Amino acid sequence: MPAPIRLRELIRTIRTARTQAEEREMIQKECAAIRSSFREEDNTYRCRNVAKLLYMHMLGYPAHFGQLECLKLIASQKFTDKRIGYLGAMLLLDERQDVHLLMTNCIKNDLNHSTQYVQGLALCTLGCMGSSEMCRDLAGEVEKLLKTSNSYLRKKAALCAVHVIRKVPELMEMFLPATKNLLSEKNHGVLHTSVVLLTEMCERSPDMLLHFRKVCLLVPQLVRILKNLIMSGYSPEHDVSGISDPFLQVRILRLLRILGRSDDDSSEAMNDILAQVATNTETSKNVGNAILYETVLTIMDIKSESGLRVLAINILGRFLLNNDKNIRYVALTSLLKTVQTDHNAVQRHRSTIVDCLKDLDVSIKRRAMELSFALVNGNNIRGMMKELLYFLDSCDPEFKADCASGVFLAAEKYAPSKRWHIDTIMRVLTTAGSYVRDDSVPNLIQLITNSVEMHAYTVQRLYKALLDDISQQPLVQVSSWCIGEYGDLLVSGQCEEEEPIQVTEDEVLDVLEGLLVSNLSTPVTRGYSLTAIMKLSTRFSSVNRIKKVVSIYSSSIDVELQQRAVEYNALFKKYDHMRPALLERMPIMEKTASNGPTEIMQTNGETEPSVPDTKHLPLVTQPANQANDLLDLLGGNDVVPVIQTTLPTKPASAGGELLDLLGDLSLTGGPTVVPAPAPSVPVSQPPFLLDGLSSQPLFNDTSAAIPPMTAYSKNGLKIEFTFERANPNPNIAVITIHATNTTEADMTEFVFQAAVPKTFQLQLLSPSSNIVPALNQGSVTQVIRVLNPQKQQLRMRVKLTYTHKGSPVQDLAEVNNFPPQSWQ
Amino acid sequence: MLRFLLLFSRQGKLRLQKWFTPVTEREKKKVIREMTLMVLARPPCSCNFLHWRDLKIVYKRYASLYFCCGLEDQDNELLTLEVLHRYVELLDKYFGNVCELDIIFNFEKAYFILDEFLMGGEILETSKTAVGIAMEEAETLQETMEEYMSKPTY
Repeated sequence: MPAPIRLRELIRTIRTARTQAEEREMIQKECAAIRSSFREEDNTYRCRNVAKLLYMHMLGYPAHFGQLECLKLIASQKFTDKRIGYLGAMLLLDERQDVHLLMTNCIKNDLNHSTQYVQGLALCTLGCMGSSEMCRDLAGEVEKLLKTSNSYLRKKAALCAVHVIRKVPELMEMFLPATKNLLSEKNHGVLHTSVVLLTEMCERSPDMLLHFRKVCLLVPQLVRILKNLIMSGYSPEHDVSGISDPFLQVRILRLLRILGRSDDDSSEAMNDILAQVATNTETSKNVGNAILYETVLTIMDIKSESGLRVLAINILGRFLLNNDKNIRYVALTSLLKTVQTDHNAVQRHRSTIVDCLKDLDVSIKRRAMELSFALVNGNNIRGMMKELLYFLDSCDPEFKADCASGVFLAAEKYAPSKRWHIDTIMRVLTTAGSYVRDDSVPNLIQLITNSVEMHAYTVQRLYKALLDDISQQPLVQVSSWCIGEYGDLLVSGQCEEEEPIQVTEDEVLDVLEGLLVSNLSTPVTRGYSLTAIMKLSTRFSSVNRIKKVVSIYSSSIDVELQQRAVEYNALFKKYDHMRPALLERMPIMEKTASNGPTEIMQTNGETEPSVPDTKHLPLVTQPANQANDLLDLLGGNDVVPVIQTTLPTKPASAGGELLDLLGDLSLTGGPTVVPAPAPSVPVSQPPFLLDGLSSQPLFNDTSAAIPPMTAYSKNGLKIEFTFERANPNPNIAVITIHATNTTEADMTEFVFQAAVPKTFQLQLLSPSSNIVPALNQGSVTQVIRVLNPQKQQLRMRVKLTYTHKGSPVQDLAEVNNFPPQSWQ
Repeated sequence: MLRFLLLFSRQGKLRLQKWFTPVTEREKKKVIREMTLMVLARPPCSCNFLHWRDLKIVYKRYASLYFCCGLEDQDNELLTLEVLHRYVELLDKYFGNVCELDIIFNFEKAYFILDEFLMGGEILETSKTAVGIAMEEAETLQETMEEYMSKPTY
């Protein structure tokens, strides 16, 4: 058998391959030769073969069949074999293979070898890839070597100990005695690795940390070593650009950071040296800046005095102006860490940070963006937002989503005026509209709804934006929703903030229909536009056109669109009398507690998907047996959530009758807008609506009994209120109305409505029926839930409609005689 | 600590890989591919630091080779640049004006030098000369061809 080719020969040969296929062929041939050589248990050439195998492994070819051979090499007496064997073990083996445990004995022997370089190989391998089992078995040997006077071995043993501790933290204790005099070494290698070992121990165990701090008095020792390093003269073997052993200096600073953290005495003891390093380090080269950087991190993390902190932040400020990109990058990163604790100091560098937004480097831009958002506050919002919006315009797509979210958050927190807020949102939607996150759409809709006085302005601007561009879905969705809601303001040209545009109803409908047919619109967007068109049927006069559109889509392939269209069609046909009330203006929405993605309404224990628009139709109380199609909209729950619609300053064309209910009920005389819950809107659920929605009214009266009262009694109709307290929330009063009829004729189509003052919130559940039988033969019951967080006196205005003996009856009444226990 | 150190050429060919934590072969290949793509895509005058998963990536180009390593959150990026530089200096001292070919043909030596400089992701020796001395002395222990043949293996 000819001798296997040498390693360098093989490398040369493989490099001559012109194609991947050619290379593969060569490698396969050589692997076959190596395999047969391994099979023959050839001791002489094993080393050469394994070396070749390692080369091929680096090229990406499998080499697992060499694993056992590495073990054989390690066991060999020849140093050459051991060297390659250990290298192979580190490259081909790890703790996942059971084979690796076979190494343990060899390593143990080699740790006690007479030649330090063999011991070194063993320590190195153990310290790089030793598994927990190996570490457990060999920790004793490592500990022994940690106490040797041979600095070559001692430094390797120290890092090996670090690895052991990382793998098996329980073994930390056993290394403690050996650390006693580690720092009195002169050898820098030992010093450095000792500091690493001490750092590892302090980070992992608070007890160790205390021990080193108080008992061993580590801080003064470290300070002394650091001082010597700085003051000592030139040492050629450790010098880097005029600085003596920067690696050791940085490592000591890092350990000082851990020791000084939340400890006044230690922080005090290192004050001087930190100041000295901070002021005297040469900053012309990267190495000096590396030390300064670590110093700054340490100063900011320990309990340093304020002068030192200011010094640190100023160093970072200087870093920001440095020509070197790397230094600017680390400055931004560090400032980001400190902005929470030293906000004012960082604010001083705001303009430099904002300039970094224009940097060409991607990493720097990202850091600058994050830091800019952290620095936005009420005072600088206008200026900062200008810069950030400019950044949003021109930045790479990878930033746009984060930047847009950041802008929305900042605008929400610090907007100086509603108009500014809406303008900012518009700007984001028009410039980065397609990158805006999905949950922003409902948030924006809610914001717009709640900015009552800006409705006309908003819808006008959104309409104009739509005319320009319909490709950005979030923008289109928000716009369609607004046009659906406030289309009447649009055509009536009522804008105060800017020049009102002249637009006709047909033009508006053209735009919305255009969205429906456009290829750019997603199914969700189409849903929005269809619903918007539908809503305009109560706001515009061109109802026929709308009817036509709706009926076309009732045979749409898209199931969602089809369902909507069918139901809207039903609204036109069978339930036309409900249409005005259903399509009324949305009330002000309450923001849910969480700022996360939109809250999903819990109905009967199942969550509904938050497709906002189908749920945006407010429903008037209806007996459960009517309008089943509409109930299906909500997923078929048997509870019909109800809103008392409240109208802002301008009454909608329809539903005016409900407005009167609220005429002067508000306690503070502000706009008569009672924030009523809109349960079908995912965003706006006050928590109490979710409580117990799955169960019917709580009839188990576990709280102190509140006496019932007669709320209304007229013309033979008597309405009694009985009370329970909702257990989960004592601010909620649960009232059950019992309507009875003493006359001889039934009262049919009975509808009970109620409204409460501004500080309350009301929910009406569905009534048991809508016929109040004559002669007290039965009653209609209905549950009202009132949230009264401010515990104010409960007042209610009720409206009753019914048909009696063929003629419709309607009555309004105020209920003021609530017993005190119901609201206290 | 360093998590890994990779050396690769401008064409993305791997010249050295050192992993300081246990990583599967598959994961190694994935990381190498991602590092190569990310680093080679960087424009020439960008900063040497990147963010990737939960690690900081520091890379530096020396002639035709990219030196790339992954750091943990606590590590000092600027100092790591010095670490990479020190390694290149050590290679340079050993090989005499080191170039990529030296590392290709003598990859095992490159590993030996690395193992005298770093261990377990931490710096083992800060002295420029100590590493060179250790390499020299270890070399003397390596058997010549005759010695190798005549000495019994076990």
